[in-house]
Amino acid sequence: MRLTCPICGERDRREFYYKGDAIELDRPNQDAGLAAWDDYLHNRDNSAGEIRDLWHHAAGCGAWLIVTRNTLTHAVSRCELVEKDTR
Amino acid sequence: MGYSAFKVIKEGLFGQRGWKPVWRDPDPKPKYDVVVIGGGGHGLSTAYYLAKEHGITNVAVLEKGYIGGGNVGRNTTIVRANYMLPGNSEFYSHSLKLWENMEQDLNYNTMMSQRGVMMLCHSDGQRDLFARRGNSMVNQGDDAELLTPEQVRAEAPMIDFDNVRFPIYGGLMHRRGGTARHDAVAWGYARGADQRGVDLIQNCEVTGIDIEGGVVKGVQTTRGGIRAKKVAIVVAGRSSLVAGMAGMRLPIESHVLQAFVSEGLKPIMPGVISFGMGHFYISQSDKGGLVFGGDLDFYKTYAARGNLPMKEHVMDAAMTLMPSIAKAKVLRSWGGIMDMSPDGSPIIDKTETDGLFLNCGWCYGGFKAVPGSGFSYAHLIATGNHHAPAARYRLDRFRTGVGLMDEEGTGSQHNLH
Repeated sequence: MRLTCPICGERDRREFYYKGDAIELDRPNQDAGLAAWDDYLHNRDNSAGEIRDLWHHAAGCGAWLIVTRNTLTHAVSRCELVEKDTR
Repeated sequence: MGYSAFKVIKEGLFGQRGWKPVWRDPDPKPKYDVVVIGGGGHGLSTAYYLAKEHGITNVAVLEKGYIGGGNVGRNTTIVRANYMLPGNSEFYSHSLKLWENMEQDLNYNTMMSQRGVMMLCHSDGQRDLFARRGNSMVNQGDDAELLTPEQVRAEAPMIDFDNVRFPIYGGLMHRRGGTARHDAVAWGYARGADQRGVDLIQNCEVTGIDIEGGVVKGVQTTRGGIRAKKVAIVVAGRSSLVAGMAGMRLPIESHVLQAFVSEGLKPIMPGVISFGMGHFYISQSDKGGLVFGGDLDFYKTYAARGNLPMKEHVMDAAMTLMPSIAKAKVLRSWGGIMDMSPDGSPIIDKTETDGLFLNCGWCYGGFKAVPGSGFSYAHLIATGNHHAPAARYRLDRFRTGVGLMDEEGTGSQHNLH
């Protein structure tokens, strides 16, 4: 698997640290309640197909990336900087 | 059906044409008392113990592929009970006792071989930890021996004792652990369940779970709707997807774990050796192949194949531990999809839907749990009460924070297990 860092270009998977679901960007408010925090911390869609995950270019530029990847084929369709996340 | 040496010789003389299927291939009935979703090791043992221990025989096991084609055929066949934390310790202890009696119980040769599982340590601190772990295993009623480096050498002379980074400081030997023939375990439970009246329905994928007013009514499948009083999900690797049909979102991520087999070699390995510092473990099959594996690839996937970096890491670990096998060729590798839970421990529980049960989150430890998981799950389904050895495998422990079982001590968080 290779990921295309928007800053560094296409790099080997070994340069990247995998964090998990991009849901981690949607941190609930402190008073959002137990259910919202449980959902945020533990529960995952875990879809078979396209998903959005957080990767860290640890052995490269140090940028956090949102990678859109297919969990059935390993095909990577998009890599964008978290700071440029435009959802 | 019985097997005998006479039958083997007779079939050998007449072209092996006399063997018959050992379980039926029934069409699904319109209604069952219990529908078990998933015909893997855990699903089959659940059905078997429902019938044997609780007399519930109007049961269907729905398998989307074929019996033995999932993770029960994609593992490294290791059986052990060397856990430390309360909750895991009593569960795997119970499961190992079932393993020890499995062949007599099923009247089927599952090739259970208690050849020993030895974990290696490489520092004083790690040896202290092993002493503590060994004591808790003994307190649980299982066996553990703390080995000196000389004793490790007597057990496994082929490993590198002089590695600069990982010198051998000793080991923790668990002699009742070992390996079993994974396919035979699936087949043995399948035959046992079938003989007791359970319908094993293959090529039958569940496409929906029917729920009315908070009560489960049955399932929709590629072979039509099936009504059921109780529905039991036990589909590790696909748990999030099946539970999603019941409107649930699980604390599970699906990851791939790779394993490897070398070409057949003369006997070199005494039992299972676990090199934890390299995330590496190895044993030798009865056919002579070295069976070994490492850690997860560490990204979510449903593709049952891994990437090259982890293959390289596993081979590195093999060379660190035992350079003597450097010239052995790798014959094949495979990947299995693991249900990873935040704390690394499984879930056997009821759900918020009446009559719907959940068994998932086995991480990379599902094979050794096959008998214990089925036994405890059947108990929960039949009686509505948690079976004592599995009573801590609650779904709500992540929400409440009470009763987390973080065996590795890394924290209860995705991406740490």
